Amino acid sequence: MNLNAVWTIYIFEMRRFFRTITQSLISPVLSTSLYFVVFGAAIGSRIQEVEGVSYGAFIVPGLIMLSVMTQATSNASFGIYFPKFIGTIYELLSAPVSFLEVVAGYVGAAATKALFIGVIILITAFFFVDIQIAHPIAMMAFLVLTCVSFALLGFIIGIWADNFEKLQLIPLLVITPLVFLGGSFYSITMLPPVWQTITLFNPVVYLISGFRWSFFGEADVAIGVSLLAIALFTGACLAIIWWIFRTGWRIRQ
Amino acid sequence: MSAIVSVNNLRKAYAGGFEALKSVNLDIEEGEILALLGPNGAGKTTLISTICGITVPTSGIITVGGFDTQTQFRAARNLIGLVPQEINLEPFETVMNSVSFSRGLFGKPRNDAYIEDVLKQLSLHDKKDSKIMTLSGGMKRRVLIAKALSHEPRVLFLDEPTAGVDVELRKDMWEVVAGLKASGVTIILTTHYIEEAEAIADRIGVINKGEILLVQDKADLMAQMGQKQLKIELTDSVDVIPDGLATYDLERAKDGLSLTYSYDTKGERTGITTLLNDLQKVGLHLKDIQTQQSSLEDIFVGLVKEEP
Repeated sequence: MNLNAVWTIYIFEMRRFFRTITQSLISPVLSTSLYFVVFGAAIGSRIQEVEGVSYGAFIVPGLIMLSVMTQATSNASFGIYFPKFIGTIYELLSAPVSFLEVVAGYVGAAATKALFIGVIILITAFFFVDIQIAHPIAMMAFLVLTCVSFALLGFIIGIWADNFEKLQLIPLLVITPLVFLGGSFYSITMLPPVWQTITLFNPVVYLISGFRWSFFGEADVAIGVSLLAIALFTGACLAIIWWIFRTGWRIRQ
Repeated sequence: MSAIVSVNNLRKAYAGGFEALKSVNLDIEEGEILALLGPNGAGKTTLISTICGITVPTSGIITVGGFDTQTQFRAARNLIGLVPQEINLEPFETVMNSVSFSRGLFGKPRNDAYIEDVLKQLSLHDKKDSKIMTLSGGMKRRVLIAKALSHEPRVLFLDEPTAGVDVELRKDMWEVVAGLKASGVTIILTTHYIEEAEAIADRIGVINKGEILLVQDKADLMAQMGQKQLKIELTDSVDVIPDGLATYDLERAKDGLSLTYSYDTKGERTGITTLLNDLQKVGLHLKDIQTQQSSLEDIFVGLVKEEP
């Protein structure tokens, strides 16, 4: 195991993040604040409590998930797409590194950035609404797992993409709708029965539900099921990445 | 001397069916500079990429320092430094960070003193904290070399290090290569400039259409490639080559208005001076003269034709 290489990639990627720290942090904080103002204060004040929690507090886990998932995906996909785009990928391919080391470096860095942003949003939330975290350790665990699994997904997108449009395609067309329809802003028990069943096919439901449980102790689906879902998702991403490096798909002819 | 890189029956066919390399065999000896000459699309870059691990061979075995590049890829790649043809660099990073990144990828702990030595050797030291995007083209190319040297490789591949580089920089590059050789690094470079191979190589390999046509000591090959022609344009046409010029290797153009003299630049005497004197003696008047060297393309055509 070439741990030095993992660390080198990780630090190199993190430096990119810190070079653009202002825009990296200001935009998620600003957009989250807007959500709080609009949904929490303006509209939320007219919505009754959801599952015994004020609506403003109820949307906090969903908002964090929304940002964390999109950030993890876009950071990881850009991280590996950029070397392909500018040609520096030759270095990774000719270095004594295996796919595990490359993935650990890029995905680790992307997940760290997303985690960073998730925590910042959580801190921002404290300024707007009154929230308590029922299970802090489980909350962090869910957050970290989500960051890692979506960074893995982003890595796959970055390898697959051969132009900048494709890089944006999956986050815009798949992840954002799934997160919005996955109960970020509502409890799925509020839906008609048919839609409740359909929603269960949305993997993001399990993540948001589990994450919300760690805040309020209430969940739409059982916590064990949530953990299983995230484990399956991570496993599937890892399997795809393993296949990519085994076959050299889109990176090594 | 023993072979540090050994390529055996290497074949590379792409998915579309294009055969970039057809059963290539090549031994590169430790400490030498081998120049691979070939026209565009000959397979030079594919050969280098396959040795370095960027391209997967269709069949055949490559060893570097005795390690199989497929099954013992870590040990093999540790010995190799690669300078690609294109200037592929992260524009927003500093020179120091970019070069240290390369070293780290090879599993070596950060060693600023060594990296600074490399940068000094390449006259990049005063730019070490500059962002790569602010450097000139020649400097960027040297950053690529620094990156390739960052992990102290024993074999260095330079893929067209002087393509699109001005004459002065090309000379600089040759000096850098000579310095590297002196430090014991084996160097393989590709080029389509004969002068470049002539200036720095110990041996020259000629590759065309995915095949190595020959690998020879530079001196031997240069003797073959050193044919030059002197074209003499006359004011008045001649029907036959005058007897006084019979000793020269002359060819008369169909219209009789020019004579072409072939000579060897590597020979002790080119015979040009005496020829010009003799032309005057037989009473021919010169309108113009020009020399031309057989181009690499011509030599390839020659090499390919010689094959049965």
